[in-house]
Amino acid sequence: MERPIRVLIAKPGLDGHDRGAKVIARALRDAGMEVIYTGLRQTGPMIVNAAIQEDVDAVGLSVLSGAHMHYFREVVEGLAARGAEDVLVFGGGIVPDQDLAALKELGVGAIFTPGANTHDVVEYLRTEVPQRRQAEV
Amino acid sequence: MKDKQRWLREDYAEAKERFAERDALFETLSGIPVDPIYTADDLTSLDEATDLGYPGAYPYTRGVQPSMYRGKLWTMRMFAGFGTAEQTNERFHRLLEAGQTGLSTAFDLPTLMGYDSDHAFARGEVGKCGVAVSSLADMEVLFDGIDPEAITTSMTINSPANAIWAMYLAMAKKKGADLGKVGGTIQNDILKEFIAQKEFIFPPEPSVKLVVDTFEWGPANVPRWNFISVSGYHIREAGSTAAQELAFTLADGIHYVRKALERGLDIDEFAPRISFFFNVHNDFFEEIAKFRAARRIWARQMREEFGAQQPRSWMLRTHAQTAGVSLTAQQPLVNVARVAIQALAGVLGGTNSLHTDAYDEALALPTEDAATLALRTQQVIAYETGVANTSDPLAGSYYLESLTNEMERQALAYFEQIDALGGVEKAIDAGFFAREIGDASWRQQREIDEGRRWVVGVNAFQQENPEVPIQLVDPEVSRVQEERLQRVRRERDPERAEAALEGLRRAAKEGANTMPAFLECALAYCTLGEQMDVLREVYGVYQEPVLI
Repeated sequence: MERPIRVLIAKPGLDGHDRGAKVIARALRDAGMEVIYTGLRQTGPMIVNAAIQEDVDAVGLSVLSGAHMHYFREVVEGLAARGAEDVLVFGGGIVPDQDLAALKELGVGAIFTPGANTHDVVEYLRTEVPQRRQAEV
Repeated sequence: MKDKQRWLREDYAEAKERFAERDALFETLSGIPVDPIYTADDLTSLDEATDLGYPGAYPYTRGVQPSMYRGKLWTMRMFAGFGTAEQTNERFHRLLEAGQTGLSTAFDLPTLMGYDSDHAFARGEVGKCGVAVSSLADMEVLFDGIDPEAITTSMTINSPANAIWAMYLAMAKKKGADLGKVGGTIQNDILKEFIAQKEFIFPPEPSVKLVVDTFEWGPANVPRWNFISVSGYHIREAGSTAAQELAFTLADGIHYVRKALERGLDIDEFAPRISFFFNVHNDFFEEIAKFRAARRIWARQMREEFGAQQPRSWMLRTHAQTAGVSLTAQQPLVNVARVAIQALAGVLGGTNSLHTDAYDEALALPTEDAATLALRTQQVIAYETGVANTSDPLAGSYYLESLTNEMERQALAYFEQIDALGGVEKAIDAGFFAREIGDASWRQQREIDEGRRWVVGVNAFQQENPEVPIQLVDPEVSRVQEERLQRVRRERDPERAEAALEGLRRAAKEGANTMPAFLECALAYCTLGEQMDVLREVYGVYQEPVLI
């Protein structure tokens, strides 16, 4: 049997607004995924370490502080440096349209902004993760 | 005339047979069921004289001033802060020119968490969601050209509140201001940080001790200053219901009062300077009811439970802010309508001060145009709608009074639960608030995701999003901050700074009031990070348990 999708939900940086991170973690768990939530105040390297140790398929970053460019870059580059570029990095938070293109260029997947439906997040991972697993084989 | 139940059973049931109700959730945003109609039958327990009274009279359900907005409109106080102190100072001047009547400062995350702008943890965050203030030098730039005796300033700062307040007062003193005439507010509500917003540094006990220091020091030294703004806003934003927001906020306020009394302070000395801060969300009547219930509960607690003698000790004065969490990234201009209606609810609820969110805040920090439009929204309510002409205009509404009673009932039930857990600090340890709020936010998300509750532009009436302009933060902010910090460290008197930090360490270790030491640290240009490091050493840092 195929193993369930494993997701790390992380709160990078100093921000403590964790409502979104917790709601997403709960929604993904309800949808049958294995979810690890880092808790608050994680640095980029801490998140990369956790992703590798937990052997996750995807890392979801929740950033509402405006520091998204900094943290997404740290995590994407950190994963690549450890040979884990196959891990999907996606996220959510307060991210203006102007930055979405730059994040995409970095290799970041979907970004879910305020008003996003949790079903869409579940669907996104169910589509995206198997494609990545297949590409790996 | 038929009574309500009979009318519902007979006439309404029959009408429903012929014409079915809409397929909708007939409950408030917080899940309180709403009847098809309210009548005097819902208010049999309401005693007008003792439960409502007059505005400006106990229990203040109808407002804290006899004349309310006929005498003085609410303070239009827009929260602002981003980038460097120079950039935010410029926005402050623009807002005052646009007719704003008080200032409100947003700090960036490093400042909120007690790190200097050049600390490793500050990388990528300096000036992003507020202004960076690392020392008195930044504070002097931030309030350049602003008279602290003429303009009241609110500062949203919690864990490092004592230090930041001391920097503001040091700035005022250096300008020659009389601290007896300087007014303003520091948020300084650490309990709601543990409960909701999570910007804590030290464990709950020493954190509350620092708060009580301000209760003791404030009235004697800066008598016009509100040294706390007990905040439900963040509790609501984290996902609580209106009733939970009300209950947890007042429970926090009661906790501080108890701690201040334990220190031997006189309630009538400090209670008049306790202020509050509530959210104004989408459910119009529920929000108005919340403000009215808050005043009634607080007045009764202060007078009947704690024996306060002065009417000013019984009054709940509050700031309000429209619900950031209700703003949508989809069709952002629709937020203008949401904000206007929420602001109207705040005014009809009798708030003493109000911030209206800008429509673009689900995307980024507000642009100047968007912030001005939000201020104009308040001005339309104040000067064009006529709602400010009479106090508490909705009093006596069967529905509103019934909701006000229900809010009070639910809050009192929560007080019992919290007391049974051993008080607020114990309830934090037990994860009580995290669970209550987590479950409520989950329920609300499910309602929206499953389409049972409609959100315009999000799960109903969707369309392409128009592009809106975005406020950019000066990329030079880190460099400007680092340079100023280096200059401060180079040019200050090193012996005075060292001695000031030593004084703070001594006060913290001995359990003395820390405020005089913080004031000396500010005047000696000790940085925020240096001061918080001293306290991290003495008090330790708090790690919260990870709960989903």
